[in-house]
Amino acid sequence: MAKNWAIRLGAVLGLALLSFWALWDLKGQATAGGRAAVPARGQTARISGSTTLLPFTQKAAEEYLKKYPHESVTVSGTGSGEGVKSLIDGVVDLAASSRDLSPEEVDRAKANRVTLVRHAVAQDGLAVIVQAKNPVRALTMGQLKGIYLGEILNWRDLGGEDRVIVPINRDSSSGTFEMWVELVLHGLKHRPDAQVQSSSGAVAYAVAGNRHAIGYVGLGFLGGEVGLVAVDGVEASLATVEDGSYPISRPLYVFSRVDASPAAQKFLDFLQGPEGQALLGAEGYAPARRN
Amino acid sequence: MSKEEPILLTPKLSPTEKGAQFFFLACAIVALGQMFLITVFLLAEAGGLLATVSLPEFLFSKEWYPTYRPPEFGALALILGSVAVTICSSLIAAPVGLALAVYLSCLAGRRVRELAKPAVELMAGIPSVVLGFIGLVVVAPFLQETLDLPTGLNVLNASVILAVMAIPSIASLGEDALTAVPRDVQDASYALGATRWETIFKVTVPAATSGLSTAVILGLGRALGETLVVLMVAGGAAQIPTSIFDSVRPLTATLAAEMGETAIGSAHYHALFALGVVLFVLTMAFNLLAYWLGRRWRRG
Repeated sequence: MAKNWAIRLGAVLGLALLSFWALWDLKGQATAGGRAAVPARGQTARISGSTTLLPFTQKAAEEYLKKYPHESVTVSGTGSGEGVKSLIDGVVDLAASSRDLSPEEVDRAKANRVTLVRHAVAQDGLAVIVQAKNPVRALTMGQLKGIYLGEILNWRDLGGEDRVIVPINRDSSSGTFEMWVELVLHGLKHRPDAQVQSSSGAVAYAVAGNRHAIGYVGLGFLGGEVGLVAVDGVEASLATVEDGSYPISRPLYVFSRVDASPAAQKFLDFLQGPEGQALLGAEGYAPARRN
Repeated sequence: MSKEEPILLTPKLSPTEKGAQFFFLACAIVALGQMFLITVFLLAEAGGLLATVSLPEFLFSKEWYPTYRPPEFGALALILGSVAVTICSSLIAAPVGLALAVYLSCLAGRRVRELAKPAVELMAGIPSVVLGFIGLVVVAPFLQETLDLPTGLNVLNASVILAVMAIPSIASLGEDALTAVPRDVQDASYALGATRWETIFKVTVPAATSGLSTAVILGLGRALGETLVVLMVAGGAAQIPTSIFDSVRPLTATLAAEMGETAIGSAHYHALFALGVVLFVLTMAFNLLAYWLGRRWRRG
């Protein structure tokens, strides 16, 4: 009997250990390019942060590893705030961020005696779309805000048909949604009955099939059955986003420490160089503005 | 579960038997251990939310703005969204599923039954993404045009698609319950001069009530836990529905849409686990109800 119990206890403990190990592993980071991460510092460029930039940093890491097979890069997307925090803590070498440092982050860096350097790597823009048959093709930032806050409810009030407006949002975790709230709604709460689609492709699809609908997507999702709406008189395009004349656009940054490792610096140079910048268009971003 | 375990009564086990015994014991431990650890993990991760919002605020506020500054984690609209699509789909699925069960069990000729029953069971195997896509490209535009609605992605659409998913399981389980009613009971009814109609609705169906309710509840459990369909066709608005033409965002759709890009360890992350606990409790309640009804049925 005693032996029996020992076996049972062993099995339970073994299982528990296995499960915890598996759970722990879930918390680990994704490695880009199918290449095993070399954990030693100074050899691997570790980049984390904004999920908005994730498609670009992942693609860039793949190309980078193709060009320099002996280098190593790990890419993960945790959100801008988490990325900057990890950078200050020294857990990563580079932090992708869809915004500038917040005052708290500046204080935190100071308290940890870390100097952060900001690098603009891309320019992001959101196009406003309606169904192809919707006659409304120009709106102001104020009107867009009114639509999403629930103050403007009918297309008639915007010079269109007598139809109820159905605004479509992206899911609240997405960088796209965050950008919309920041630039168009100025942090105010959207109307609770706004619909949600979980990808830009789905938004474009929903808008294409509904004459009541309005939505916003990354520049990579234009074309087909949707009509582009000019905002404050400017049409969204890679050119107007890049030069900043289109109002719903913002720079995307990568932060590094002033004492960045050579591996991190090399990857950063690649992101900012012609090869990295050439990858932006395919992911729906415009190149970074040169100051 | 019984006290006299055959293993203990057997005087000597051969090595093969011992091996088999250990193997099955390990399987049982793995299954139970998984369940236990999932529960612990879920509760532990959800508990982190209590640092940000109180439990009543989480359950009774309808403001779900998880990525705003400051964030708001009110799950009421999401819970009611789940409840709304589950109830509406049951209003469609229960009558149709049960009618189908009665037909298959009591009315259909043998040849029809032999064709229809496997067909119904096959329907249960249609992948949910296919049904969701049909809801998106066929049902939504149809609803919008015929009823002149601002959007076809609403409670009604989701309920219809979920009902289509639940009907096969309700019909199949219900048919089993009806067939299990002893032949003698029905023969006795006929012997007393009852018509076929009277026998079915006054004898067979009442005798199978518990089994039929189990069938309905398990079908509803499926509707409650279904994720992809509601993500695709319920519209995704985190509001308390006031009509079947409103868009809603059930718990499962919220989890699926937001989990992928949420920072691990953030309040939002814990809030999503808390939604998972709510869903877990609701599903558990459904299963316990089904279990309880099933036991009553076996005893009666």
